[in-house]
Amino acid sequence: MSSEFRVQSSEFNTKVDLLGIELDNPIIPASGTFGFGYEFAEIYDINILGTFSFKGTTREARFGNPTPRIAECSVGMINAVGLQNPGVDKVISEELPKLKKCFSKPVMANVSGFSIEEYIHTCALIDKEEQVGWIEVNISCPNVHGGGMAFGTSPEGAAEVVRSVKAVTTKPIIVKLSPNVTDIVAIAKACEAAGADGISLINTMLGMRIDLRTRKPVIANKMGGFSGPAIFPVAVRMVYQVAHAVNIPVIGMGGVSSAEDVIEMMLAGATAVEVGAANLVDPLACKRIIEDLPRVMKKYEINDLKDIIGGVQ
Amino acid sequence: MKNSVFTITKNDKLTSNVYIMTLKGDTEGIRCGQFVNIRLDGLYLRRPISVCDCEGDLLTLIYKVVGKGTEQMSEMAAGESLDLLTGLGNGYDLTKSGDAPLLIGGGVGVPPMYMLCRELIREGKKPTVILGFNKADEVFYKNEFEALGARVLVATADGSMGIKGFVTNAMDGLDYSYFYTCGPEPMLRAVYKASATSGQFSFEERMGCGFGACMGCSCKTITGYKRICKEGPVLEKEEILF
Repeated sequence: MSSEFRVQSSEFNTKVDLLGIELDNPIIPASGTFGFGYEFAEIYDINILGTFSFKGTTREARFGNPTPRIAECSVGMINAVGLQNPGVDKVISEELPKLKKCFSKPVMANVSGFSIEEYIHTCALIDKEEQVGWIEVNISCPNVHGGGMAFGTSPEGAAEVVRSVKAVTTKPIIVKLSPNVTDIVAIAKACEAAGADGISLINTMLGMRIDLRTRKPVIANKMGGFSGPAIFPVAVRMVYQVAHAVNIPVIGMGGVSSAEDVIEMMLAGATAVEVGAANLVDPLACKRIIEDLPRVMKKYEINDLKDIIGGVQ
Repeated sequence: MKNSVFTITKNDKLTSNVYIMTLKGDTEGIRCGQFVNIRLDGLYLRRPISVCDCEGDLLTLIYKVVGKGTEQMSEMAAGESLDLLTGLGNGYDLTKSGDAPLLIGGGVGVPPMYMLCRELIREGKKPTVILGFNKADEVFYKNEFEALGARVLVATADGSMGIKGFVTNAMDGLDYSYFYTCGPEPMLRAVYKASATSGQFSFEERMGCGFGACMGCSCKTITGYKRICKEGPVLEKEEILF
């Protein structure tokens, strides 16, 4: 980095407010790409993050889908992990104490389910955890059948989940939406009307690869969630559409891998930005983005990140 | 786990499609049986390659060209640099070896046996090494294992070198205190059945991150779910569900 770009971060305000909690910066590693934080804490102090969204948690322990679960694509990847997690009881008794040792800020809990009752059960338990600042309710996992995305593909289904979990929680509820729908704005509006405090989008796009030699799908589950820089323009478009249609904060995600991408997402209307696949190929991705933010803010004459939220002309 | 840039010092052909690459860099903390995850220009996911040897600041990798990533690696020259994640996976547990361990490598499962063999000999153990290949012109590292002072048996499927047959044919009648093995899954299954003692198996799986974050390479074991990249790639015989 040349000296003209070496900028003191104190000159620039990267702080944003996310539903009553101030983040030091808008960078949030996305659920499913950051575990419960401690693998990353081996190589950097994860307290520099705004927060992070921990591994999607369900009522019961889940192994997930058979392997192979991963396929490479041009500028991206497909995964079909299928919500592997130890279940909410073990998340609370084993993972959260470990998380607390390496992360001292409020954390975002990510919850998924296969029935309304399951969402209610898991959210109610997670809501009682002191370190949980927000609950991100995943109604958009493309890798499990009969749950997750099934709720996120209709306005009525999405609203029902939101109403049900709002009734048993006190923390802000952020609903994570699927891009695999015909009208994401209608779903976002239904979530807002049902009491959602915020919206996060986009989850992965349903994709597929075929091995030319075996003529079989690369992924055992046949299809999976496509993520990485290739989906960034789709994510920017959907964040823009949703942010202009609702009056609650929007967290933008989908292929974000640089400080420039963060600025672009915020201009489209994002209050904060989740970083997903980039963490998997570069475990220092979020650290690099946070350290690079002041340089990019200087370049585009931004003194305060809050000023650019939804600032697209 | 560490992330650093290594400089290639050598990248030579060992057989028609197997290469040996040596790299100079921060090797601190690398153990035998672990792997590195290599970032390559233009490819989104890193490529996991097992550690063949590591001494001082030199890392040795032996890889077979099987796809775009390894093909790209084979075209690189000394002096070029590579971004590596190192210190990945659990590695072999040497404390269980006994005095006369058996090391069984098949194809590109041979390289991880080299550093293990060297360290066992350094500890005063007397390892026997079985190297399994399809045919004579695929054989590599026989002389290198012998130079370490190990007893080496070669098995080739077509009998063009050493014992005709599979590594399990070479295991017949051998006395050993413990075993370590790495190779294609059918070989691992055969070794599992043929082995007379406890031992450790090194597994391969398609990975996303290589350091435990994405759950892309999970498997079921008797002792619960394991990530091949984190709680593996080395699993003990008693926990494997074959």
